[in-house]
Amino acid sequence: MAQKPEIEDLSGDKYKYGFTTDIETESAPKGLNEDIIRLISKKKNEPDWLLERRLKAYNHWLTMVEPSWAKLAYEKVNYQDLFYYAAPKQKVKPKSLDEVDPELLKTYDKLGIPLKEQEVLSGVAVDAVFDSVSVATTYRTKLKEKGIIFCSISEAVKEHSDLVQKYLGSVVPYTDNFFACLNSAVFTDGSFVYIPKGVRCPMELSTYFRINAQNTGQFERTLIIADEESYVSYLEGCTAPQRDENQLHAAIVEIVILKDAEVKYSTVQNWYPGDKEGKGGVYNFVTKRAACRGDNAKVSWTQVETGSAVTWKYPSCILQGNNSSGEFYSVAITNNFQQADTGTKMIHIGKNTTSRIISKGISAGHSNQTYRGLVKVSKGAVNSRNYSQCDSLLIGSTCGSHTVPYIENENRTAVLEHEATTSKISEEQLFYCLQRGLSEEQAVGLIVNGFCKEVMQKLPMEFAIEAAKLINISLEGSVG
Amino acid sequence: MTNKPILEIRNLYAGVDDKEIIKNFNLTIHEGEVHAIMGPNGAGKSTLSHVLTGKPGYKILKGDVLFNNKNLLELSADERACEGLFLIMQYPVEIPGVSFMTFLKYALNAKRKYIGQSELDTMSFMKLVKNEAEKLGISQEMLKRAVNVGFSGGEKKRMETLQMALLKPSLAILDEADSGLDIDALKVVSGGIRGLLDGKRSLLIITHHQDLLEYIEPDFVHVFADGHIIKTGDKNLALELEAKGYTDFIKEAKC
Repeated sequence: MAQKPEIEDLSGDKYKYGFTTDIETESAPKGLNEDIIRLISKKKNEPDWLLERRLKAYNHWLTMVEPSWAKLAYEKVNYQDLFYYAAPKQKVKPKSLDEVDPELLKTYDKLGIPLKEQEVLSGVAVDAVFDSVSVATTYRTKLKEKGIIFCSISEAVKEHSDLVQKYLGSVVPYTDNFFACLNSAVFTDGSFVYIPKGVRCPMELSTYFRINAQNTGQFERTLIIADEESYVSYLEGCTAPQRDENQLHAAIVEIVILKDAEVKYSTVQNWYPGDKEGKGGVYNFVTKRAACRGDNAKVSWTQVETGSAVTWKYPSCILQGNNSSGEFYSVAITNNFQQADTGTKMIHIGKNTTSRIISKGISAGHSNQTYRGLVKVSKGAVNSRNYSQCDSLLIGSTCGSHTVPYIENENRTAVLEHEATTSKISEEQLFYCLQRGLSEEQAVGLIVNGFCKEVMQKLPMEFAIEAAKLINISLEGSVG
Repeated sequence: MTNKPILEIRNLYAGVDDKEIIKNFNLTIHEGEVHAIMGPNGAGKSTLSHVLTGKPGYKILKGDVLFNNKNLLELSADERACEGLFLIMQYPVEIPGVSFMTFLKYALNAKRKYIGQSELDTMSFMKLVKNEAEKLGISQEMLKRAVNVGFSGGEKKRMETLQMALLKPSLAILDEADSGLDIDALKVVSGGIRGLLDGKRSLLIITHHQDLLEYIEPDFVHVFADGHIIKTGDKNLALELEAKGYTDFIKEAKC
């Protein structure tokens, strides 16, 4: 049932009236209240326990205040002026690639995305979308043989209710923060992954297709559970620029890692960053957290953030199990008027826990960027170690870069290291490249990719190539 | 040696901000010729190499420069490079995180694209580089390292020579305006470059003492002072210069 309006909207012409009317007859399409939440829950045929959770979150959210501690200046969101149930702003789906913004197609070409995928990404109303659905299904059968569950969170709620009920909100409770609370009340879809005990997931799991195909994307909810001794590498790609104006994106990713299990989570984020004057662009307010619940559990976050007008994001690791470890590798690029306040939290609770933070920030144009990170060592976390390295690269003289490391240590046996550098692309470096025939854009791309190498190496191969291209595209026009 | 001019500089005036450094400068280099420009430190010799290669920050006030019959001053720095102008840098710059192999591939493909050739596939490229590198005594390990990072002076020059070998410029400028290369590095760079002089490729050496010229024999030696060439001769002029010292030599030349 829940899928129906979307299939309709993919089939083209009817979407414009059919779907919108649907929403209108059931309730006001815009704004947030208990009725809207009931509607979302009903549309998705959810069990009562989830609706109750949503309402609880919503009522708590009403008591909360939007955070203002980040170094971000943006026009506040009017939460009553938003659609909360799959109401895409795009009025009519393009029928073929000829109707898609040529600028968008140019970007796809630069990214090397094949034609078929371009159709999917631009939401062209052809069977390509259905193709991607069937691709997902083929995967699923293969994975099922190993007992791996990989499906949408809506499906998981129905089919794997025990797991979802047990773990959803257990890493990021609805009370956590303003945006997480909002997400807990209104999340529409997202991914669910469960890797059973002792299973090594044989392929990289990716949300790349599904999110784009279903055109959700505002309030995703991802839950990954790695049972004991299991392993999974998960990719989250938002490599298609989204052309919406000041769209709010408030997602939650929760990862639970049990004893001896390992999860790698990679993100390449390229939401629409706004135009050259800073108009439009996505507000990316995301809560991502992993809990290493068992001994020897491992988690690694790798992110390449090039998009969004405003980014507020701190993928974190709770290192509860003894000998558990957390890693955070980040490349954040801001150009024009983009703003990013991003970093991580490493919470050491168990004994002998280790964490590693490598953050590379590149600012260009009039953009502003802040690394904000917390390393916390609790009383019981004996022999914990952290190594943090935060490097900033500035292009031009009108951008800003800031590093705000917080360290809270309650255990004397902990060893904590922090290194930070700030540098500029020198004219000498640029000229050296130009003198060898490289164009200025190639030169900047090359220098920046070199600067980020440590992080890029952590990405899965095919992702790394895409990310490298993305870096070049993001920095176009940043020099000269 | 033929009579085809590669580089023709006429009445060139250039400088930084309002400061004129190059004044009424004239020079013609033909195919296959080796020229040396000598002058005291701080005379503006490096400015000349920078102005010719299009480094930002310099102002052309007057004059013409033709390179292979094209108006060089209208081209951007990367276009000049692709046209076949190569600067062997005095102090090659480090680019952390970018392997030499990657850098060479970018450079070579940029040039190939410019002259209308298709990009080399990875296999042929590796083979080509390996071949040239071997001739210059460059190990595979060096090619994997980041561009100039942690390289000794001699190693950096060796890598410059490798780039020249791959890019096959019609004119190379060897800028050693005020560097104090040790003898080993000097031998490396001069040996490598000598090997690349095929009778068609031209070379412009910019230096302040004649050590380098013992390794690469110039056809012409020019003495640079007050922003232009005050005297031209053969290699013996370099020796005369060395014996007299710049101050006396320039005084005499002006009389």
